[in-house]
Formats: sequence, C-alpha cells, structure tokens
Amino acid sequence: METPDEALALAAAGGDREAFAALLSRHYDRILRLAWRLLGSPAEAEDLTQDLCIALPAKLGGFRGQARFTTWLHRVVVNAAHDRRRRAATRAKAADGWGDWEVARRAADDAAAEAAGWLHRAMGALPDDLRDTVALVLGEEMTHREAGEILGVSEGTVSWRMSEVKKHLRTIAAAEGMA
Amino acid sequence: MTDDLDRLKAALKAAEPAPDPARKAEALARAMAEFDRVQGMADVRRPMSSRPEGAGFWTGVTAMFSKLTSRAALAGTASVAVVGLGVILIAPYGQRPDAPPALKIDEAATAPATVPATPPAPQETAVAVGPAAEGTAGGAAPAEAAGQAAVTAAAPDTAPEAVADQASRSLAASDGSADSSAGMLLAEEPMVAEQEAPAAEYSAAPPAGALTRAVPGRSRVATEAAPGILPMAAPPPVADTLAMPLPAPDTEAFPEADRNPLKITAEEPVSTFSVDVDTASYAVVRSSLNAGYLPPPEAVRIEEMVNYFPYAWPAPGEGEGPFRTTVSVAETPWNPGTRLVTLALKGRMPAVEDRPPLNLVFLVDTSGSMQDANKLPLLKQSLRLMLPELRPEDQVAIVAYAGSAGVMLAPTAATEREAISAALDRLEAGGSTAGQEGLALAYTVARKMAGEGEVTRVLLATDGDFNVGVSDPEELKRYVERERQSGTYLSVLGFGRGNLDDATMQALAQNGNGTAAYIDTLNEARKVLVDELSGALFPIANDVKVQIEWNPATVAEYRLIGYETRALAREDFSNDRVDAGEIGAGHTVTAIYEITPVGSPARATEPLRYGASAEAPEPAETAPAGFADELGFLRLRYKEPGSATSTLVQTPIITEGPDGGAEARFAAAIAGFGQLLTDAPMLGDWGWDEAIRLASENRGEDPFGYRAEAVNLMRLAQSLSR
Repeated sequence: METPDEALALAAAGGDREAFAALLSRHYDRILRLAWRLLGSPAEAEDLTQDLCIALPAKLGGFRGQARFTTWLHRVVVNAAHDRRRRAATRAKAADGWGDWEVARRAADDAAAEAAGWLHRAMGALPDDLRDTVALVLGEEMTHREAGEILGVSEGTVSWRMSEVKKHLRTIAAAEGMA
Repeated sequence: MTDDLDRLKAALKAAEPAPDPARKAEALARAMAEFDRVQGMADVRRPMSSRPEGAGFWTGVTAMFSKLTSRAALAGTASVAVVGLGVILIAPYGQRPDAPPALKIDEAATAPATVPATPPAPQETAVAVGPAAEGTAGGAAPAEAAGQAAVTAAAPDTAPEAVADQASRSLAASDGSADSSAGMLLAEEPMVAEQEAPAAEYSAAPPAGALTRAVPGRSRVATEAAPGILPMAAPPPVADTLAMPLPAPDTEAFPEADRNPLKITAEEPVSTFSVDVDTASYAVVRSSLNAGYLPPPEAVRIEEMVNYFPYAWPAPGEGEGPFRTTVSVAETPWNPGTRLVTLALKGRMPAVEDRPPLNLVFLVDTSGSMQDANKLPLLKQSLRLMLPELRPEDQVAIVAYAGSAGVMLAPTAATEREAISAALDRLEAGGSTAGQEGLALAYTVARKMAGEGEVTRVLLATDGDFNVGVSDPEELKRYVERERQSGTYLSVLGFGRGNLDDATMQALAQNGNGTAAYIDTLNEARKVLVDELSGALFPIANDVKVQIEWNPATVAEYRLIGYETRALAREDFSNDRVDAGEIGAGHTVTAIYEITPVGSPARATEPLRYGASAEAPEPAETAPAGFADELGFLRLRYKEPGSATSTLVQTPIITEGPDGGAEARFAAAIAGFGQLLTDAPMLGDWGWDEAIRLASENRGEDPFGYRAEAVNLMRLAQSLSR
C-alpha cells in the first residue's frame, strides 16, 4: 500500500528528505494541471509550478495534518495563482493566459484549434473567481463543499458561482449562434 | 444547461498540457535543494538561550500593552502606574532597531567569557533585578526581544509586502490570544509589576553590544526568508485566503552563540563557565545524520555531545564532596604544538534505596504538531518505560496542555501503573500550544504533591512549540525561575523535529535547574528516563561554576571547546545569585580546553613587545616562584541542594598531570567530531578519518554501545560531508 500523503508530508516537514521527494514527484503533475487551469498558459503554469516546488519545503512546516494534504496543496496552489495574477495585473493585462488568443491559434489542426479557441473564449470570458471555481469543480472534479473549503467560501457560494458560469457560457453560445 | 458545463469540462481535460520532462526535473531538483537549505537553515541565526534582561524589556512592554487591552487587566491601578513608566521608556528602545548595524560583531566576538558589557549593576541592583543577573550569564546573547522589534521595523523596508503582512498578522494573532488568556494573566499581574520595574533601571545601561547585534541578525532573517518564499509563497492579503497556513520558512530554533575564540592568557587569564549536563544536542545531531543531512552548525553544542557519554572518571570517596574533579593534560590530536586540558567532574552516586520520594508531574504537550509518530506516541512509550523505575512512595500526575490545559491524572501513587497507563492513553494531539497555562497548572499540581524531604519535579515533554498565548520567553523563564526557588524543578524532554524550539527548551531547563534531553528513539528514551533517571531527577550539587585562571608564564593561549551558551562573567563566579548548571546523582561533566604552552611553535599570536601585561621573554624567570610547574588554577563553586551559599573548591593544574587515558582521548575525539560538524578552523588537516580512528581506538568498555554508535555517526557524517 502506498504511504498516505499526510504521513509523507509530516515526515517531510520533520526533515525526511525521501518523503519530500516522493511527495513532490507524486503531485507535480497535479500541481501543473491545476496551475494551468487557473492561469490558462502552459508556460505560466510551468513557471508557477516550479516556484511552488521551491517554496514547498518552507511551506510544509505549515501543514499540520489537520486537513487532507491534497486540500492543503490545492489551497497553496490557488493562493499562489492569485498572487501571480495580482502581480501580473500590475505589469500588463496581456499576461492573462486565458485571455491570450495567440495560444489557441497555435493549436495543431482545425478541430483542435476550434476546441481550444472555444475553451479560451469561454474561460477568458469568466471573471477570476468563477474561473478558479471552474478549475476546481470541473477540472479537479471536486464537490462544491471541497471547492469552497479551498477557496475559503461557503458551499452555497460555489454553487452560485457555478450557476453564474452557466450563464456566461449561455451568453457565449448565444453570441456564437448569431455569428 | 449542464451540457455547457460538460463541454467546458471536456475541453479543459482535452487541452491539459503535458508536463515538460526537462522542466519537471529542474523543478524537482531545485525543490530538493531548497528542502536541504530549509532543513539546514544555513544562515538563519537564532538567539541563544539566556538573553540579556535589558533587551527583554521591549517584549515586556509589548506584552504589557496587549494585556492592558483586556478589561480585566485594567482593574489593577498598580499596573497602570507601571505602564506609565513603560511608555516613557519606549522611545529610546523603539529607535534602537534603526541604529547603524556597524557596531555589531567585533564587540560580541570577544564577549562570551569576559563580558565587559555586563551592565555595571552593583550588587544591590542585582538583588532587585533578580532575573537580570540571569541575563548577564549569557552576556553576549543577542536579544530576542530587540530582534523582534527589529523585524517589525525592518520588514517594511527590506522585504516586500509579504513579510510586512506576515508580521502584522502575527501581531494581530498575539493580540487575540492575549485576550483569551486574560484570566490567567490577571493572576500574574503582581509578578509583572515586580519585574518590569527593574527593567526600567536597566535601561540606564543597556547592553548595547547585544542589542545592536541582535538587530542585524534578525533583520537578516526577514530579508533572507523573503526571497526564499517570495516567488509564490506569500499569501496574498486577501480575506478569503486567510485560511491558508502562513509560510513557515523555519520553525526550528537553536540558541545562537559564536564559537569560543582563542584567548591570549596575558590579556585575559580567567575563563569562567557553568557546567552543562544536557545531552539534547547530541541526539539532535544524531537524528539529523540518520535522516541523511548534516545538522545545522548552531544545533551542535560540543559540550553536550561530549557529555552525552558516560565516562569512567573516578567517583568521590567517602567523606569527600558531592563530586570529584579530575584534571588531565594530554597532547592535542589535531595540533602537536598544543595540549588538551580535560576537566572532569564525577558526581556521587548515592545508593538508589536511599533516594528521597519523588513527585513527578508529567506536563505533556498535546498540540496538533505532536501527533507524529516520533512525538506523542514515542512520548507515551517513553513515559511507560520509566514507570517501573519508580517506587511505591513516589507519586505521578499528568497535566496536558494544548488549546486548554487540564489535569489528566490527579496525583497517583506510582504503583498504580494501570491508572497511569490509562491516563497516558487518553492523551491525544490536537489544538494549539499554550505552554504557559499548562506550566502554571503543572506547578500548582506539583505544589500540592510536595512534602518534606521529597523531590518534586515537573517533566515537560514537548516538541518545543511554545507559540500561542502568552509566550514571551522572558516571562516564561522568569516564571520557571521563581518556581525553582520555591523548590520545584523543571526538566525538558524534546520530541520530534520540524519545529523544535531548542532555544526555549534550553532556556527553560537551565532556569528550572533541570536538564534538557532530546528523545528521538525509544532507545534514547531508555537512556534518559531509565538508565539516567536518578541523575536526571536528583540533584546533588546546584549552581556548579568553573573558573580557571591560566598561568601566563606557562600558557600563552587557551580556548574552551564548547560551553558557548554557558559562559559566565568573571564576577559571576563568586556571586551566588547567578544561576548555573546542576550536577545530578552519578552525572559526569567533561570540559576540554586547548592550550598553547609558552614557547610552542603552534602559537597563533605574537607576544607583545610593550606594556606591563606583556609577558617577559623568559617566562620561567619572571613567574612567581613555585608556579612554573602550574598551567593554571582551577576554582569550582557549588551549592549543596537546599543551600543558598556556595562552597569553593580550588586546585592547581599541574603541567605534568596525568594524561587521562582512553577516556580523555575519546572525549577529545567527540570534541573533534563536534568541531568538524561546525567547520571549526582550529583543526587544520585533521579530518574525519583521524577523528573516527581516535574514537574507535578509545571506545573502552562501552557496555551499551553508545560509543560504537558515535563512531558510526561520524562515518555517516563523513559520507554526508563529501
């Protein structure tokens, strides 16, 4: 049986080097995917993930084993993404990956380009808080309660946000139907 | 409508980027490097255990203000008057952190043994100050308090919002907790009033060296921690992210002390220190090495490593004092031009049957951080191991502290093992640590148990995380010290790694006349709680101080190896109010000096040509008649348990003394081990191979394999340091 994340995390926080290595390689891909969903750009996501990997040894001390490790980790990633977004906002608006149409145009074939284009239009149309909620609920397939726990909002707020997401998607569909 | 969401979900899944293997490898490698750095805590300096009282003043005032925000505390008019005093004094202190850091290290580097910085407090003030005298024990100690003030001051300048944010948040946190424990604070009010007043006196002569030095030290922490965590780590100051734990770049705290420098006998012939029978440092070093990394240099206290091992020094005979002193002189393994003077004290081992009844209060930290396997579970096992060693007339009580403190087991006869064991089982980790409340309760329980002719001791078991509630280390120390004077002693058992606050543990044990041990394995628990139970719990000599006056005619230079956190000022030696270490039944204490004889080619400094204190070219002629065969003069002071006045023991150190044999050589090997771990420059080409050979050739009988283990650790350290 695999050692639970929580045990590895506590061992790592206690100075166990191997536990830390195991934990990180187990979760690297997960961090990267979530970072991409939050930021929209693969390059940005890679950068964020690397920064997070470097920050984790210090942050692990804050993991007390009271929450599930993945919950804690998600929260760390979401907060880090917020932070990056906030700093990017002061630099230039163009750094927002989901708003960056160039990414979609580089897709290999037309169908993929079309799908990627739609995805970017859809995600790009969402305000940050809805996008975060989508990343967790649809991307990570979390329950509304879990997502709320990570985002620091109530379950009801998550449900409300998801209905807002639907409204946005409907608006996009309507616009595309007219075109 | 869910179709839209499903489509979005599918699109998200489809577009997921694959991780770039090269970047992944790079990220993982950098993360591991960072992990090593964080664990190694390469540059983070920490305060040492005894802090100058004057510097503690700032925290005192801060704590006082936070207390006064609670309605209850405002009731006392006396304390209001003290606040008035506090307000006036803040100004000079508040500006201190901005003082140019230029004055810093030089002064401190020479300070540890001499401490001219000792505030010129005459005896009288010392009486009033009480704990202040304590502060001078570690003369050069950088002030935690001033440091903290500096962090708040330095953060806005040196580190981006993240740090400032963090600092203000932790301030806010301490405000809140002060309120929550208001009830207890009220009870302590008289004590606060009493102690802030002497602090005011102190401000007349603040230990400037210590203060200014603390400032650069701490603000460096702030700036260094920041880049490490900055890229992403800083929690944005957004309300909904407050749930995220604050970044904890480093939560282990080790006492900070510069290594003892080489002293020139002609300039500074007297060296004074307090004995130290703690062994915590060796166990911390072992736990680091076994985990695969070299211990941070500040975790290495050489005297605690040397004293970890039992030595076969001669025990005192009938009618002698509580301990016997053995001084030996041998060649230095790492320098043919110098000599090692090994000073060994062996405590009397009274017959076990004669020991007085024992009242033990286990004060168990059950905070959330204690739930790791090597913390609370190991602690329970350890305490169970100890139970069979107790006798029917002994009593045991258990107090737990976490979010709220509680008596888990009322005083119970040690024979009722079932009841004690069941109470241990009920301990569960959870909640935050409020160390002082638990401590107060433990002392209350201990007072109820105390009886005539009995030994009462609080045994605090913790991972050292005193971080919630009233946790001003100065106040904790004073509290422990006050209780010590009322006859209840305190020992500290450290568990686990990660947030081990070694500095606080040390401070508490030193002020509580107890020992600090670090328990990383059940074997270590056995050594500390079973094999050495009597030594750890039954003091035979209190406040044992050592002073050596070196003879400038025979000794050109000297250096005390270790005991940095135990340095005393020369005048503290004969001041019975100054606290020092205890020797327990059967304990051995070993201290090693490296001396350079006059005329040795290994001498590092040139003799002075001018000046009255300069030694004459032909020392033998100028040395007072009869002293040419003496290296120095050893003075020891100790107090019999229960006595307030000390006894003086003196003996000359003879040039041609015995060489101490294998025991002294093994101690030298361990001293070498410690110095190799701290990159001490004094060793020259002498390295791991030589240290391992020396230790392994002088293992002696070693019935429990402690010395064999040390040899293995040295081999491990050798591999890790390549």
